[in-house]
Amino acid sequence: MAARSLFSGSASFAERHPAAIAVIVLLLVYPSFASDFFVFQIGAYSLILGTISLSLMMLAGYGGMVSLAQMTVAGFAGYLVAILGDNSVGVMGLGWPWWVTVPTAVLAAALLNTFIGAISVRTEGIYTIMITLAIAVAFFYFVRQNYVIFNGFTGFAGVAPPVLFGVDWRDPLPFYYLSLAVAGGFLWAVLHGARSTFGLSLQAIRDNPRRMRALGYDVTLHRIAAYFLSGLIAGTAGVLLVWFNGRISPGSVGVDIVIDILVIAVVGGLRHPIGPFLGAIAFVLLENFAIDLIDRERFNTVIGTAFLLIVLFSPDGLLGLWNRITSKVRLGRRAQLGARNEKRDGRHPAGSLEGT
Amino acid sequence: MRQFVERHTFWAIVILLAAAVFLWMIFAVWPDWLVSGLGRKKTFVNTLLNGVTLGGLYFLVASGFTLVFGLMRNVNLAHGSLYLLGGYIGYEVAEASGSWFLGLAVAFLAIAASGVLMQVLIFRRMEGDDLRQTLVTLAISIIAADLMLAVWTGTTYQFAPPEWLFGAATLPVVSVVKASGDPVFIKYPIYRLTVLAVAVAVGIGLWLFLNRTRIGMMIRAGVNDRQMLSASGVNVQLLFALVFAIGAGLAGFAGVVGGTALSIAPGEDVRYLLASLIVVIVGGLGSVTGAAIGALLIGLAEQFGLAYFPTYGVVLTFLILVVVLAVRPQGIMGTR
Repeated sequence: MAARSLFSGSASFAERHPAAIAVIVLLLVYPSFASDFFVFQIGAYSLILGTISLSLMMLAGYGGMVSLAQMTVAGFAGYLVAILGDNSVGVMGLGWPWWVTVPTAVLAAALLNTFIGAISVRTEGIYTIMITLAIAVAFFYFVRQNYVIFNGFTGFAGVAPPVLFGVDWRDPLPFYYLSLAVAGGFLWAVLHGARSTFGLSLQAIRDNPRRMRALGYDVTLHRIAAYFLSGLIAGTAGVLLVWFNGRISPGSVGVDIVIDILVIAVVGGLRHPIGPFLGAIAFVLLENFAIDLIDRERFNTVIGTAFLLIVLFSPDGLLGLWNRITSKVRLGRRAQLGARNEKRDGRHPAGSLEGT
Repeated sequence: MRQFVERHTFWAIVILLAAAVFLWMIFAVWPDWLVSGLGRKKTFVNTLLNGVTLGGLYFLVASGFTLVFGLMRNVNLAHGSLYLLGGYIGYEVAEASGSWFLGLAVAFLAIAASGVLMQVLIFRRMEGDDLRQTLVTLAISIIAADLMLAVWTGTTYQFAPPEWLFGAATLPVVSVVKASGDPVFIKYPIYRLTVLAVAVAVGIGLWLFLNRTRIGMMIRAGVNDRQMLSASGVNVQLLFALVFAIGAGLAGFAGVVGGTALSIAPGEDVRYLLASLIVVIVGGLGSVTGAAIGALLIGLAEQFGLAYFPTYGVVLTFLILVVVLAVRPQGIMGTR
């Protein structure tokens, strides 16, 4: 399958522990030198979008299933928060406490994704893209037409995170750390999950479903379980997103943003879980500062062109670009260092099963 | 046909009965209990015709989509953009020249040419890498939608079709009988009936082209085994370009036809992309007959959903998709 060449995992990040620690420290102290705008609009937003894309990366990178419905799942969780909790629109808003609303929303989102998975895993490759795109667009039209539950075109506004421990979690600083904790937690979970028995079987299924079936693995069940797990990630991020925006409407789950999530994941790189976050940062920076480059209205042209160039020239995304540069440097060094390093690096092309 | 009756006698009877009830519902004057159950007959017949004509329009768009996929395994997610671009180009030409038919022809040719361009410049470079091709078409659709918005803005455009396509035709279907005893006949726009006729004509034309011509034979051979066809001396690249031209051209053609029936506005590209996706998933990828069946089903589902349960109309379409995927993942006419 062509998907394999695009999405096989790579083993280069775990070896760079010093760099990883530096990034973590930088992220933790980031608010101390950045303005509120950069902490909230850039930092927290990138982390949330990155988390949603991470749920896609997990499916696509480890499972070989490119689902375009991840934003739909996140949006569904966001809608549920507005419907079950409080909103200022006067439609629905059942007023449940946050500790009931949030778990319900996340779980319901995960179940929705399980359902989407159950529909689409019977097909493979591009069929999955088509079916999940159809589901995403159908959901968009559904919430736009449905006024009884989803309040149609207007959607909901006035959705806020709870005030807890005397902290208003909508304030830039607490919200940034909340997003960072969620994003970091899921990143860690995906990194480690990829090396678990389940993660390894999922990657083996991506590489050769027929062989895994012959070995007695339930291919369909593994895939559906992966959808459930990625639904948990997307749902949690969706709750954060609705808190971030304070409102949700059909536009939040429209085709543009659904595709944006795929763009973020592909531009960042689907080989490693850190890719989606790189893509999200690039995307959010472009979104906020493209106004300086060209007309604000033409943002989609910029992002589309970036996407096109990445797909055409670097199928592994920014991460692949980075890896290519570093491996070139390493190649030069290796020529001098000789056989020992070559053995160590020679492992890379076949390293897809190792995940990280 | 006869085999089917012999093998599935029960289902044959059910289908026959359903068809009889259906015909009766169209042509008979409805008794009161039916009117109280389903509403006025006029609504029903109009919805039915709307559904069928919309199905015809969907077929025009989706047949190109499925044709391209069948041969090249390339899901062209920019197909909706081609539809919209065809509509805009057709509108500009029709406005400038005053001839609706010229607009139609130019839209077909221009979009066919851009289809060939896409095939030659992009898809040929990444043959066999279907996922990358899909992502590229997605990128193109994003850029195209944005550029079209820049050029033609968010305004809704309305075509002016020739005079004789205007107006309504009286159908030989009685809706109600007045107290005076005069029957009231149902009227329906001529243009929409023309759309249906065009769709049927295109469908038959495509079928003849694929099944009765030499090039059609090559295309069918290519669908079955691309390498073998190439090995037997056919210029496959030329064939690909031709199929892409026809598929894209049909989308542009549908842009003018559909734009006249409804209107041309930003966002239509997504609508028709969704329609094509669902139609070919339901009908079976790569099958023109499947596209026809799928288009009819989806068109009817959409219109009946809109007329009888407006808030949940989309769910009906979606339900068809789910049921088909659950029972027959390859689509109604699909082969795997």
